[in-house]
Amino acid sequence: MKYLDEYRDQRLAATLVDEIRRTVTRPWTLMEVCGGQTHSIVKYGLDELLPAQVELVHGPGCPVCVTPLEMIDRAHAIARQPGVIFCSFGDMLRVPGSNGDLYQIKAEGGDVRIVYSPLDCLKLARAHPERPVMFFAIGFETTAPANAMSVWQARAQGLSNFSLLVSHVLVPPAIAAILGSPQNRVQAFLGPGHVCAVMGWSEYEPLAERYRVPMVITGFEPIDLLEGILMAVRQCEQGRATVENQYARAVTRDGNVEARKMIGRVFEVCDRAWRGIGVIPQSGYRLRPEFHAYDAERIFDIQSVHATEPEICISGQVLQGHKKPHDCPAFGTQCTPQTPLGATMVSAEGACAAYYNYGRHLVQVSR
Amino acid sequence: MCLAIPGKIVELLDTPGVKMAKVDFGGVFREACLEYLPEAGLGDYVMVHVGFAISRVDEEEAARTYQTLREMDQLADLEAGELLEDPHEVP
Amino acid sequence: MQDFALSCPLPITSRKTIVLGHGSGGRLTAQLVHDLFLPAFDNEFLRKLDDQAVLNLGGARIAFTTDSFVVTPLFFPGGDIGKLAVHGTVNDLAMSGARPLYLSAAFIMEEGLPLDELSRITASMAEAAKAAGVTIVTGDTKVVNKGSADKLFITTTGIGLVPDGVAISASNARPGDKVILSGTIGDHGMAVFSRRENLELESTIESDTAPLHLLVQAMLAAGEIHALRDPTRGGLATSLCEIAGSAGIGVEIQARRIPVRQEVQAACEILGMDPLFVANEGKLVAFVAPATADAILAAMRGTVEGRDAAIIGEAVSPHPGMVLLKTEIGGSRILDLPFNEQLPRIC
Repeated sequence: MKYLDEYRDQRLAATLVDEIRRTVTRPWTLMEVCGGQTHSIVKYGLDELLPAQVELVHGPGCPVCVTPLEMIDRAHAIARQPGVIFCSFGDMLRVPGSNGDLYQIKAEGGDVRIVYSPLDCLKLARAHPERPVMFFAIGFETTAPANAMSVWQARAQGLSNFSLLVSHVLVPPAIAAILGSPQNRVQAFLGPGHVCAVMGWSEYEPLAERYRVPMVITGFEPIDLLEGILMAVRQCEQGRATVENQYARAVTRDGNVEARKMIGRVFEVCDRAWRGIGVIPQSGYRLRPEFHAYDAERIFDIQSVHATEPEICISGQVLQGHKKPHDCPAFGTQCTPQTPLGATMVSAEGACAAYYNYGRHLVQVSR
Repeated sequence: MCLAIPGKIVELLDTPGVKMAKVDFGGVFREACLEYLPEAGLGDYVMVHVGFAISRVDEEEAARTYQTLREMDQLADLEAGELLEDPHEVP
Repeated sequence: MQDFALSCPLPITSRKTIVLGHGSGGRLTAQLVHDLFLPAFDNEFLRKLDDQAVLNLGGARIAFTTDSFVVTPLFFPGGDIGKLAVHGTVNDLAMSGARPLYLSAAFIMEEGLPLDELSRITASMAEAAKAAGVTIVTGDTKVVNKGSADKLFITTTGIGLVPDGVAISASNARPGDKVILSGTIGDHGMAVFSRRENLELESTIESDTAPLHLLVQAMLAAGEIHALRDPTRGGLATSLCEIAGSAGIGVEIQARRIPVRQEVQAACEILGMDPLFVANEGKLVAFVAPATADAILAAMRGTVEGRDAAIIGEAVSPHPGMVLLKTEIGGSRILDLPFNEQLPRIC
């Protein structure tokens, strides 16, 4: 596939690794923000190729991990209501709430459907006018334009049975929270390539300047990640702290102006709780008042659903890069390789599951 | 968060209400919404996330940066070649 | 050590009801078999957990298997549930080196199933059976109320004869064996997925459903086979993990050597899925004696079903039970049993 395959070239990867090796003179701790980047690092075994001085810590870049328990419980409460067609991306199916997960709800008779695009839900709403169709709208800014369009179109098409349960989270406030923490170890960021394709990168300039931390907006393929890492460590070695764009083929400084306009029409910024971190002010989106007719939190009787997060545990610290999964006392005992460990998990493969596997591998195979 | 795949616009669709296109992803086709890329046209490569084209692939930029990488690669080869004492040794 | 509460969204492992994941062929399935069925039925044959049981009956070695087919939609690009049922059963037998002979077919039909669909499926089964040289000798029909079955379920059993001197079982794989894959992976699963509601993709991807017994015969004639698996649900990765676990060996695979059709790769990219965990219905993976690997490979490539066969790795002594994949860019990662069925993701 064009614009994918060439970024998985083994020789280029080796060249970039060599260049990184030649560049580093001391240890550096880098964080990749996006779950998709973590996934790629794990899938290709990237961090194993890097020189020991370059440490990658995985950021809070995954809706599976950061959607708060209370929001999951509210989603599940809606899914349990008879007659509701509950639509979701596949990622959320197995995330447990306080009382089971969507698999269980499906087993109990809930109508849970996986969709690829929020527009698919509109088709369902049209096909089943007598039933409420609800879409679990999680994600970073990347997905906000799609979710916004679904509401916009629902209104334009006069659909009265469609709603969104919004749990959007924003990246810059999360980065600020991480950098503002006194235990922060992160010295450079690999910025979220597709979030920036939508939002541009201007929001990251004040962060880079204020905290004196380089930010390299990076893509998702192995060559992108390696190039991004190279650019980041070069900045670190040179004592620079600016925003650079590795992913120039897909990202511009202004991002997608039309998409941002639509986000602004449909959503407004609000405070949001992040699982494992807590409330980060002004770090989420919610529907604007004129779209309250499509707000699942108002349509369904779920205001009384509350959940207390267990005490902030190591997963929060893993999320913020303070600790590694194997620092967790439950690592390998309560949390086994079969159950992905830590809130930095991404899908069944899991960053932390892979961490564990990699660690297990290191123990058994001497290199 | 943010699985987006590059694909080529091969057909502009006549859908009422929302601008849609048929996109070719390496031989697999899917509809994508073009509302956020009003200037995108036939033959353009776009990044598609959950059924929406969110940015155009800047093909010149891609070619340019890939060329830079290739040159780095060739330079590395050259250097490796120069460092070899035994000309028959394979790097 | 201070007690603390985990905030991690770990997937649920102990459940009170059956969920879809229990049928995915991955860890949940393995858990169910191990915790419930094995202890209940325990015997030397079942404990092997091969795709079939090889029984000694009056001096003859009979391979015996059963399988159920619940695929939706009933008709998909490249096949239908009937064809799948015949091939799937033939293949389970073939994985022991047996010559498949007789099948049974039981139909559980949902009230309202159109007769012409049933007719097409039956015709397809008859054709597949004839082509594979097997006879459907007995069967059963049941009808359940609307809503109690997803249109049609087909359950089969199969019987075959294992030739003398052939001892193929997952536990027979040993360090040094070459791992041979008979062709491209992910075709069947993505053919079905691309037709799933709300995920429709337009493609030419077709199921690879095919009988493999003649391929296995050709392989047996060319060299020494230790273990065979047809990687159905759970994909190639699951089969490799099962063999590694059964035999107590390490396995090392090269990602670059694994054949994947471009369209299958593309469909997986779009949905965020990994071909290694996607179902196949006309492929096998073999652990063979290294001295005979090249001969076996050549024999496979001479057949239709094995035309894209490739040596993808080997069995090793280190890291027993663990499957290591060398990635496209030279890194490595561990392949583990998936927990649930693989789902499309956006993350």
